[in-house]
Amino acid sequence: MPATPPRAMQAMDLDAGRDQAFMDQVAHESGQDLKSCYQCGNCTAGCAYSHDYDIPVHQVMRLVQLGLKDAALSCRSIWLCATCQACTTRCPNNIQVATVMDVLRHMARRAGHAPERLVKTFADSFLASVARHGRVFEAGLAACFALKSGKPMQDAGLGPAMLSRGKLAFLPHEPGGSAKAEVAAIFERFAQGRHRAPATGTKAEDKA
Amino acid sequence: MSLRLGYYPGCSQSGTAAEYDISTRACCRALGMELADVPNWTCCGSTPAHTVDHHLAGALAARNLLQAEKAGLERVVTPCPSCLAALKTADSHLADEAYKAGVEALLGRPAPGPVDCQSTLQALFEHIGPEGVKARVKRPLTGLRVATYYGCILNRPPGLMAFDDPENPVAMDRLLEACGATVVDFPFKTECCGAAFGMPRLDVMQRLSARILDMAESVGADVIAVACPLCQMNLDLRRGQVNAASGRDIRLPVPYFTQLMGLALGLPEAELCLPKLVLPLEPALAAAQQREAAGRAEAQARAAAKAAKNGTPRSEPVCKEDAPCA
Repeated sequence: MPATPPRAMQAMDLDAGRDQAFMDQVAHESGQDLKSCYQCGNCTAGCAYSHDYDIPVHQVMRLVQLGLKDAALSCRSIWLCATCQACTTRCPNNIQVATVMDVLRHMARRAGHAPERLVKTFADSFLASVARHGRVFEAGLAACFALKSGKPMQDAGLGPAMLSRGKLAFLPHEPGGSAKAEVAAIFERFAQGRHRAPATGTKAEDKA
Repeated sequence: MSLRLGYYPGCSQSGTAAEYDISTRACCRALGMELADVPNWTCCGSTPAHTVDHHLAGALAARNLLQAEKAGLERVVTPCPSCLAALKTADSHLADEAYKAGVEALLGRPAPGPVDCQSTLQALFEHIGPEGVKARVKRPLTGLRVATYYGCILNRPPGLMAFDDPENPVAMDRLLEACGATVVDFPFKTECCGAAFGMPRLDVMQRLSARILDMAESVGADVIAVACPLCQMNLDLRRGQVNAASGRDIRLPVPYFTQLMGLALGLPEAELCLPKLVLPLEPALAAAQQREAAGRAEAQARAAAKAAKNGTPRSEPVCKEDAPCA
């Protein structure tokens, strides 16, 4: 036996770069037992988006198990997951994999990552429309996204088919009563971070 | 006897998917299911809300559950799978006290108690059922070969949605069979169409929707019946984009299952809104009728030839299944 094994056979240092706080946070926010993933790959096998992912979903789960925060939060995959729930449905250990992907996306947003810029732009434009009108105003959303995306003509060809079939409303279909204001208030409280510490929300405000 | 259910239409159903809303209401009315709209409903948050924050998603959905609760509606049905997932997820997660406190902080008032939410497909299947539908069919869809496409989240995850089989759902199959249609074996019933990536990543949506269309064509379907406004938009309105990417020219129409059901129930044109479909349904209906007629003529000719050969004249054509074994 040689005194020094070839490099490929050297033991990996699994503690290197492990971020325990990140692992705990993903487990807490998703409510999932991440240790129970044994890397069978069933999630990746059934994932319609593996073709477009930079890291297949079972490997994203592995990155979380290894506590490799930056690698997990900076990947494109978490932005391309459509929450189709095939992974969650087929996980032999009942891990809600799609929920873990959702939580990673939340954390990536907070950390300022958005490698799929337009996916983030679409979600932001959608929610801005809801905050403003109480319901999604489809034509407004399409126009807003077209301007922000830098691809203004991508869906222009759909216009005639929509117009001739009365599928494009030019005015928002807003709810009555105080509904619109109630939705706007939900978004205002969210922007203030009231959901983060609901029990101590008033104290935090008092301090401010 | 009439059954009264709360109804949450959802945003798409007052715009790009108006025909889903109109045909759903018409079918429910014709089948004796009374729908009472959730008063002043607002957006459920859909996919964008839960991808941003779970408390925000919960609050946007819970506001509608509160509206239903205030109106005394114990059960809410919705035609849209994405709305259903948002409402059911909020309802389920509100059982967790810490989560509920976060949602209440955004709502600015107490969260609603449990509200039972279902798809209109589930309500039609459980309250009316295939037999109830069959009894009211006036114009059977005989010979129309339908691929039933449920989309990804109508039945998934099974622990939350708690209806039908998550891998091979059959509720729409049974209802359309009751309407006289022939439901073909379609392996992509729950595969994803590309969801809301049509705007931000058109290439991804094109690839995924092309797979669905290819499979439907290869199993010999005349139409793809859907239960989701986003699936319908990707497969119908965006068909030109999908065909352009795949280099195909697939013209299969994509009606909502409620439009097909309404047709079989003999509902008026105005309640079916067939002209709102980008790929017209009429050629598929005509092709199915022609095929049926040709099939009947062929069976009659075979029976006549057989009768002539056996020397026993028959006035009635014999179906192969009815003939005695040799």
